[in-house]
Amino acid sequence: MKDESRLKQLLDGGHFAVTAECGPPKGADPGAVLRKAGLLKEKVDAVNVTDNQTAIVRMSSIAACTVLLSAGLEPVLQMVVRDRNRIALQSDVLGASALGIRNILCLSGDHQSFGNQPSALGVFDLDSMQFIEAVRGMRDAGTIMGGEQLTSAPAVFIGAAANPFADPLEFRVVRLAKKISAGAEFIQTQCIYNMERFKKWISLAEDRGLLEKAYILGGVTPLKSAGMAKYMKNKVAGMDIPDDVIKRMDAVPKERQRQEGIGICVETILALKEIKGVKGIHIMAIEWEDAVGEIVERAGLLPRPKVD
Amino acid sequence: MITAEQKPIKEIRETIAPYRKILVLGCGSCVAECAAGGEKETAMLASALRMAARMNKEDVLIEDKTIDRQCVRDFIVQLEGVIEAYDAVLSLGCGAGVQAVAEIFSDTTIIPALNTEFLGQTKDQGLWTENCVGCGDCMLYYFGGVCPLARCSKQLMNGPCGGSREGRCEVDPEIPCAWQLIIDRLGRIGGLERLGKVYPAKDWSKKQGRGPRKIVREDQQR
Repeated sequence: MKDESRLKQLLDGGHFAVTAECGPPKGADPGAVLRKAGLLKEKVDAVNVTDNQTAIVRMSSIAACTVLLSAGLEPVLQMVVRDRNRIALQSDVLGASALGIRNILCLSGDHQSFGNQPSALGVFDLDSMQFIEAVRGMRDAGTIMGGEQLTSAPAVFIGAAANPFADPLEFRVVRLAKKISAGAEFIQTQCIYNMERFKKWISLAEDRGLLEKAYILGGVTPLKSAGMAKYMKNKVAGMDIPDDVIKRMDAVPKERQRQEGIGICVETILALKEIKGVKGIHIMAIEWEDAVGEIVERAGLLPRPKVD
Repeated sequence: MITAEQKPIKEIRETIAPYRKILVLGCGSCVAECAAGGEKETAMLASALRMAARMNKEDVLIEDKTIDRQCVRDFIVQLEGVIEAYDAVLSLGCGAGVQAVAEIFSDTTIIPALNTEFLGQTKDQGLWTENCVGCGDCMLYYFGGVCPLARCSKQLMNGPCGGSREGRCEVDPEIPCAWQLIIDRLGRIGGLERLGKVYPAKDWSKKQGRGPRKIVREDQQR
């Protein structure tokens, strides 16, 4: 079993990384994960597996990551602090590493009130920052929280999320700096539609010298329709979709809106490639994994580089 | 203070149904301040229950009384010689009051009439808001007097999360983002540098790690 993250090797090697997302099924069938794996294989460098996203019960992220591994894909295990206390989180980090999972993205998680278990207790024993710090301690010092020694340390590349579009803007970068100082080595951002705001955030990060301290992967999501764009703008937490993007989607007849969405996504990626400090992209094609291949191809990002 | 709200009358009627002589017992402290279980609310509930009983031709005796504090022994013992005449006590105390009365009158049925909610403040007339979780290790200095454990929906100690928008929480736009409040407050009092550090994980053993908590003060004991 390889000890080093392939994603890390690519980024360290100066390659522009491409990651995508795979939401596990609301069921126990590994075939659903394998079908998505088939769509993403050789199109991207690693695949994020969401952890009961929007607080909806799905196949566990660790299990779905293992299915991806079996199909030859490199998973990025998303772990949220909403559902597990520090005992369970640390235990799952060890388990994930044992199974060959080499990337972990540490997140707070969508609030339980959004999902299909609104009566659930939100754990939030740690916040995402503290969790990042705990994983780094496990890996680098070989200790769990509180200092007790592990018999062997997990081998994981540590990631975190950032939302350049949430408020207050100045503090977004303070939080980014804190995540990096806690141990985040790669950052995946919220979906970028408002390029102006994203550039402002990047320049604030540059002022603080953060661009050299972590790999920033810009998040993109192809819009399926004008309706989806409006829904995301108004209903999805932390999303910033400027009116001109919505107008552009609206201006196209319904049957061509998917193509327009892919076009906007490709343009965004091409723009991101030109921004200093952006070291890759993260494509979140929500339940639309078959769009990823076309997006990556049209953005000139194929074939994906090999690592030894 | 501890806040509470009255249970639905239907639920109260179901729980008191087996009893014929009922004392409706109010508490003059926190639950009076939040207009849930003070003297006035206790008299009103007793009257509503009597009326409902009359309409349903139920033969019951319902009387009411309010003591200053249902959670303090010295006040509870005032009920000696009173409580014995009843089959059950319907308490408008908070959860602590109900249990304290039950502990002292161990043979009497004590029924809660309130749902105890949170530690909070009277923000305005008819408006109470939560602002303390009783964690046992106050960090309000670092957060400018706004507690993220009580007031951030995700209890983030290193917020704000990506759902903070125009000072509002992603969970409900009615909820102010606690982290925006913290940043605003620290900005005004010149303490923003306190947010530069990563606050370590909370020691929850001070809240719940060793089971129910107690405070022992020998200097206060007789």
